[in-house]
Amino acid sequence: MVPLSYYLILSGILFSCGVVGFLIKRNLITIFMCIELMLNGVNLSFVAFAAHWHALSGQVFVFFVMVVAAAETAVGLAIIIAVFRTRETLNVDQVNLLKL
Amino acid sequence: MLHFLLFSIFGAIAVAGAINLLMQRHPINSALSLIAVMASLAVEYLLLGAEFVAAVQVIVYAGAIMVLFVFVIMLLNAGEEERTDGSRVAALFGIPAMLVGAVLVAWTLLKHSGTGEVALGALPGAPTTIGWLLFHDYLLPFEVTSILVLIAIMGAVVLAARPEATAQRPRKEGA
Repeated sequence: MVPLSYYLILSGILFSCGVVGFLIKRNLITIFMCIELMLNGVNLSFVAFAAHWHALSGQVFVFFVMVVAAAETAVGLAIIIAVFRTRETLNVDQVNLLKL
Repeated sequence: MLHFLLFSIFGAIAVAGAINLLMQRHPINSALSLIAVMASLAVEYLLLGAEFVAAVQVIVYAGAIMVLFVFVIMLLNAGEEERTDGSRVAALFGIPAMLVGAVLVAWTLLKHSGTGEVALGALPGAPTTIGWLLFHDYLLPFEVTSILVLIAIMGAVVLAARPEATAQRPRKEGA
Protein backbone atom coordinates (compact mmCIF):
# COMPACT_ATOMS: atom_id res chain seq x y z
CA MET A 1 0.00 0.00 0.00
CA VAL A 2 1.37 3.37 -1.04
CA PRO A 3 -0.34 6.58 0.09
CA LEU A 4 -1.82 8.59 -2.76
CA SER A 5 0.13 11.65 -1.65
CA TYR A 6 3.43 9.86 -2.46
CA TYR A 7 2.36 9.53 -6.08
CA LEU A 8 1.31 13.17 -6.10
CA ILE A 9 4.66 14.24 -4.62
CA LEU A 10 6.51 12.22 -7.28
CA SER A 11 4.44 13.81 -10.01
CA GLY A 12 5.03 17.25 -8.47
CA ILE A 13 8.81 16.67 -8.42
CA LEU A 14 8.79 15.62 -12.08
CA PHE A 15 6.66 18.62 -13.03
CA SER A 16 8.92 21.07 -11.19
CA CYS A 17 12.01 19.51 -12.79
CA GLY A 18 10.33 20.19 -16.13
CA VAL A 19 9.59 23.80 -15.17
CA VAL A 20 13.17 24.41 -13.98
CA GLY A 21 14.60 22.88 -17.16
CA PHE A 22 12.24 24.94 -19.29
CA LEU A 23 13.57 28.08 -17.61
CA ILE A 24 17.31 27.33 -17.40
CA LYS A 25 18.00 25.35 -20.57
CA ARG A 26 19.31 27.16 -23.63
CA ASN A 27 18.88 24.46 -26.27
CA LEU A 28 15.53 24.45 -28.13
CA ILE A 29 15.31 20.65 -28.26
CA THR A 30 16.10 20.27 -24.55
CA ILE A 31 13.46 22.88 -23.68
CA PHE A 32 11.01 20.81 -25.70
CA MET A 33 11.97 17.66 -23.80
CA CYS A 34 11.32 19.51 -20.53
CA ILE A 35 7.76 20.19 -21.72
CA GLU A 36 7.36 16.43 -22.30
CA LEU A 37 8.62 15.87 -18.75
CA MET A 38 5.93 18.22 -17.40
CA LEU A 39 3.24 16.34 -19.35
CA ASN A 40 4.52 13.06 -17.90
CA GLY A 41 4.26 14.42 -14.36
CA VAL A 42 0.66 15.46 -14.96
CA ASN A 43 -0.13 12.03 -16.45
CA LEU A 44 1.13 10.32 -13.31
CA SER A 45 -1.22 12.36 -11.10
CA PHE A 46 -4.10 11.56 -13.50
CA VAL A 47 -3.47 7.82 -13.18
CA ALA A 48 -2.99 8.04 -9.40
CA PHE A 49 -6.32 9.84 -8.95
CA ALA A 50 -8.02 7.38 -11.32
CA ALA A 51 -6.80 4.49 -9.16
CA HIS A 52 -7.81 6.28 -5.98
CA TRP A 53 -11.36 7.14 -6.99
CA HIS A 54 -11.93 4.00 -9.08
CA ALA A 55 -12.76 6.19 -12.06
CA LEU A 56 -11.39 4.85 -15.34
CA SER A 57 -12.02 8.20 -17.04
CA GLY A 58 -8.69 9.38 -15.65
CA GLN A 59 -6.85 6.82 -17.74
CA VAL A 60 -8.81 7.85 -20.84
CA PHE A 61 -7.70 11.43 -20.22
CA VAL A 62 -4.09 10.24 -20.03
CA PHE A 63 -4.63 8.69 -23.45
CA PHE A 64 -5.85 12.04 -24.79
CA VAL A 65 -2.91 13.86 -23.24
CA MET A 66 -0.55 11.43 -24.99
CA VAL A 67 -2.25 11.98 -28.35
CA VAL A 68 -2.02 15.76 -27.96
CA ALA A 69 1.63 15.42 -26.88
CA ALA A 70 2.40 13.36 -29.98
CA ALA A 71 0.77 15.96 -32.25
CA GLU A 72 2.59 18.76 -30.41
CA THR A 73 5.93 16.97 -30.77
CA ALA A 74 5.48 16.46 -34.52
CA VAL A 75 4.62 20.12 -35.15
CA GLY A 76 7.17 21.45 -32.65
CA LEU A 77 10.07 19.47 -34.06
CA ALA A 78 9.10 20.58 -37.58
CA ILE A 79 9.22 24.19 -36.35
CA ILE A 80 12.64 23.53 -34.77
CA ILE A 81 13.91 22.15 -38.10
CA ALA A 82 12.56 25.24 -39.90
CA VAL A 83 14.21 27.56 -37.33
CA PHE A 84 17.52 25.72 -37.66
CA ARG A 85 17.40 26.01 -41.48
CA THR A 86 17.09 29.80 -41.34
CA ARG A 87 19.17 30.59 -38.22
CA GLU A 88 21.79 27.79 -38.21
CA THR A 89 21.52 27.70 -34.42
CA LEU A 90 19.47 26.04 -31.69
CA ASN A 91 20.38 28.51 -28.96
CA VAL A 92 17.27 30.36 -27.78
CA ASP A 93 19.30 33.46 -26.94
CA GLN A 94 20.09 33.87 -30.63
CA VAL A 95 16.54 33.18 -31.76
CA ASN A 96 14.95 36.42 -30.60
CA LEU A 97 13.14 37.63 -33.71
CA LEU A 98 9.92 36.26 -35.17
CA LYS A 99 10.98 37.72 -38.50
CA LEU A 100 13.00 35.41 -40.72
CA MET B 1 5.54 -3.90 1.14
CA LEU B 2 6.57 -5.07 -2.31
CA HIS B 3 4.37 -2.39 -3.80
CA PHE B 4 6.09 0.30 -1.75
CA LEU B 5 9.55 -1.09 -2.59
CA LEU B 6 8.84 -1.05 -6.34
CA PHE B 7 7.29 2.41 -6.05
CA SER B 8 10.34 3.85 -4.31
CA ILE B 9 12.90 2.17 -6.62
CA PHE B 10 11.26 3.32 -9.84
CA GLY B 11 10.29 6.68 -8.37
CA ALA B 12 13.96 7.24 -7.49
CA ILE B 13 14.97 6.27 -11.04
CA ALA B 14 12.41 8.71 -12.45
CA VAL B 15 13.61 11.60 -10.26
CA ALA B 16 17.27 10.80 -10.97
CA GLY B 17 16.54 10.76 -14.69
CA ALA B 18 14.70 14.08 -14.48
CA ILE B 19 17.61 15.71 -12.61
CA ASN B 20 20.10 14.17 -15.05
CA LEU B 21 18.06 15.70 -17.89
CA LEU B 22 18.70 19.12 -16.35
CA MET B 23 22.39 18.48 -15.66
CA GLN B 24 23.46 17.11 -19.03
CA ARG B 25 24.70 19.59 -21.59
CA HIS B 26 24.40 17.46 -24.67
CA PRO B 27 20.80 17.03 -25.93
CA ILE B 28 21.30 13.35 -26.77
CA ASN B 29 22.18 12.59 -23.11
CA SER B 30 19.10 14.53 -22.01
CA ALA B 31 16.97 12.50 -24.43
CA LEU B 32 18.32 9.19 -23.11
CA SER B 33 17.63 10.18 -19.49
CA LEU B 34 14.11 11.24 -20.50
CA ILE B 35 13.61 7.72 -21.92
CA ALA B 36 14.67 6.33 -18.51
CA VAL B 37 12.09 8.60 -16.81
CA MET B 38 9.34 7.42 -19.16
CA ALA B 39 10.20 3.72 -18.75
CA SER B 40 10.14 3.96 -14.96
CA LEU B 41 6.85 5.90 -15.14
CA ALA B 42 5.42 2.97 -17.14
CA VAL B 43 6.27 0.71 -14.17
CA GLU B 44 4.50 3.16 -11.84
CA TYR B 45 1.42 2.97 -14.07
CA LEU B 46 1.55 -0.84 -13.88
CA LEU B 47 1.70 -0.58 -10.07
CA LEU B 48 -1.43 1.58 -10.19
CA GLY B 49 -3.18 -1.09 -12.25
CA ALA B 50 -3.23 0.92 -15.46
CA GLU B 51 -2.04 -1.76 -17.89
CA PHE B 52 -3.27 0.01 -21.02
CA VAL B 53 -1.65 3.32 -20.06
CA ALA B 54 1.62 1.55 -19.26
CA ALA B 55 1.68 -0.14 -22.67
CA VAL B 56 0.83 3.11 -24.47
CA GLN B 57 3.48 4.93 -22.44
CA VAL B 58 6.17 2.54 -23.66
CA ILE B 59 4.93 2.36 -27.26
CA VAL B 60 3.99 6.00 -27.90
CA TYR B 61 6.14 8.01 -25.50
CA ALA B 62 9.32 6.00 -25.00
CA GLY B 63 9.02 4.59 -28.50
CA ALA B 64 7.61 6.96 -31.09
CA ILE B 65 8.04 10.41 -29.54
CA MET B 66 11.55 9.85 -28.21
CA VAL B 67 12.68 8.28 -31.50
CA LEU B 68 11.44 11.47 -33.18
CA PHE B 69 13.48 13.55 -30.70
CA VAL B 70 16.65 11.51 -31.18
CA PHE B 71 16.14 11.61 -34.95
CA VAL B 72 15.89 15.41 -34.95
CA ILE B 73 18.94 15.75 -32.66
CA MET B 74 20.94 13.58 -35.08
CA LEU B 75 19.54 15.39 -38.13
CA LEU B 76 20.44 18.86 -36.86
CA ASN B 77 23.77 17.63 -35.44
CA ALA B 78 23.04 19.50 -32.20
CA GLY B 79 26.17 20.09 -30.17
CA GLU B 80 26.69 20.99 -26.54
CA GLU B 81 24.77 24.02 -25.39
CA GLU B 82 26.61 27.12 -24.31
CA ARG B 83 25.94 28.22 -20.77
CA THR B 84 25.02 31.87 -20.41
CA ASP B 85 24.87 33.79 -17.17
CA GLY B 86 21.33 34.21 -15.92
CA SER B 87 19.93 37.61 -15.21
CA ARG B 88 20.64 39.21 -11.84
CA VAL B 89 16.92 39.56 -11.04
CA ALA B 90 16.45 35.82 -11.53
CA ALA B 91 19.34 35.01 -9.18
CA LEU B 92 17.98 37.45 -6.57
CA PHE B 93 14.31 36.45 -6.59
CA GLY B 94 14.44 32.95 -8.06
CA ILE B 95 15.58 30.97 -5.03
CA PRO B 96 13.27 32.68 -2.48
CA ALA B 97 10.33 32.31 -4.89
CA MET B 98 11.16 28.61 -5.36
CA LEU B 99 11.28 28.11 -1.56
CA VAL B 100 7.93 29.88 -1.12
CA GLY B 101 6.43 27.67 -3.84
CA ALA B 102 7.81 24.49 -2.26
CA VAL B 103 6.48 25.47 1.18
CA LEU B 104 3.07 26.23 -0.33
CA VAL B 105 2.88 22.86 -2.12
CA ALA B 106 4.09 20.96 0.97
CA TRP B 107 1.56 22.75 3.19
CA THR B 108 -1.29 21.94 0.79
CA LEU B 109 -0.23 18.28 0.59
CA LEU B 110 0.06 17.95 4.37
CA LYS B 111 -3.28 19.67 4.90
CA HIS B 112 -5.11 17.36 2.52
CA SER B 113 -3.03 14.24 3.08
CA GLY B 114 -6.01 12.25 4.37
CA THR B 115 -6.62 11.07 0.81
CA GLY B 116 -6.07 7.41 1.59
CA GLU B 117 -3.88 4.77 0.00
CA VAL B 118 -3.59 2.97 -3.30
CA ALA B 119 -3.38 -0.81 -3.32
CA LEU B 120 -1.52 -2.88 -5.89
CA GLY B 121 -3.80 -3.49 -8.85
CA ALA B 122 -6.76 -1.82 -7.16
CA LEU B 123 -8.38 -0.88 -10.43
CA PRO B 124 -9.06 -3.06 -13.47
CA GLY B 125 -7.38 -0.86 -16.06
CA ALA B 126 -7.53 -3.64 -18.64
CA PRO B 127 -7.49 -2.62 -22.31
CA THR B 128 -11.04 -4.02 -22.76
CA THR B 129 -12.64 -1.61 -20.32
CA ILE B 130 -10.57 1.33 -21.56
CA GLY B 131 -11.54 0.55 -25.14
CA TRP B 132 -15.21 0.32 -24.17
CA LEU B 133 -15.02 3.73 -22.46
CA LEU B 134 -13.10 5.24 -25.35
CA PHE B 135 -15.59 4.15 -28.02
CA HIS B 136 -18.80 4.73 -26.05
CA ASP B 137 -18.52 7.57 -23.53
CA TYR B 138 -15.65 9.43 -25.19
CA LEU B 139 -16.36 8.78 -28.84
CA LEU B 140 -16.65 12.45 -29.84
CA PRO B 141 -13.37 13.56 -28.16
CA PHE B 142 -11.70 10.51 -29.72
CA GLU B 143 -12.79 11.53 -33.21
CA VAL B 144 -11.78 15.14 -32.55
CA THR B 145 -8.28 14.01 -31.55
CA SER B 146 -8.02 12.01 -34.76
CA ILE B 147 -8.73 15.21 -36.71
CA LEU B 148 -6.13 16.98 -34.53
CA VAL B 149 -3.51 14.36 -35.38
CA LEU B 150 -4.36 14.69 -39.10
CA ILE B 151 -3.87 18.47 -38.92
CA ALA B 152 -0.61 17.97 -37.00
CA ILE B 153 0.70 15.61 -39.70
CA MET B 154 -0.10 18.14 -42.43
CA GLY B 155 1.41 20.98 -40.38
CA ALA B 156 4.61 19.01 -39.79
CA VAL B 157 4.95 18.24 -43.50
CA VAL B 158 4.38 21.90 -44.47
CA LEU B 159 6.75 23.28 -41.81
CA ALA B 160 9.58 20.82 -42.38
CA ALA B 161 9.43 21.05 -46.18
CA ARG B 162 12.51 22.46 -47.87
CA PRO B 163 12.35 26.28 -48.05
CA GLU B 164 13.32 26.27 -51.75
CA ALA B 165 10.33 24.11 -52.64
CA THR B 166 7.88 26.46 -50.92
CA ALA B 167 9.63 29.64 -52.07
CA GLN B 168 9.63 28.67 -55.75
CA ARG B 169 5.92 28.05 -56.01
CA PRO B 170 4.68 31.69 -55.98
CA ARG B 171 7.34 32.67 -58.49
CA LYS B 172 6.12 30.04 -60.95
CA GLU B 173 2.52 31.21 -60.52
CA GLY B 174 3.57 34.80 -61.21
CA ALA B 175 5.49 33.87 -64.36
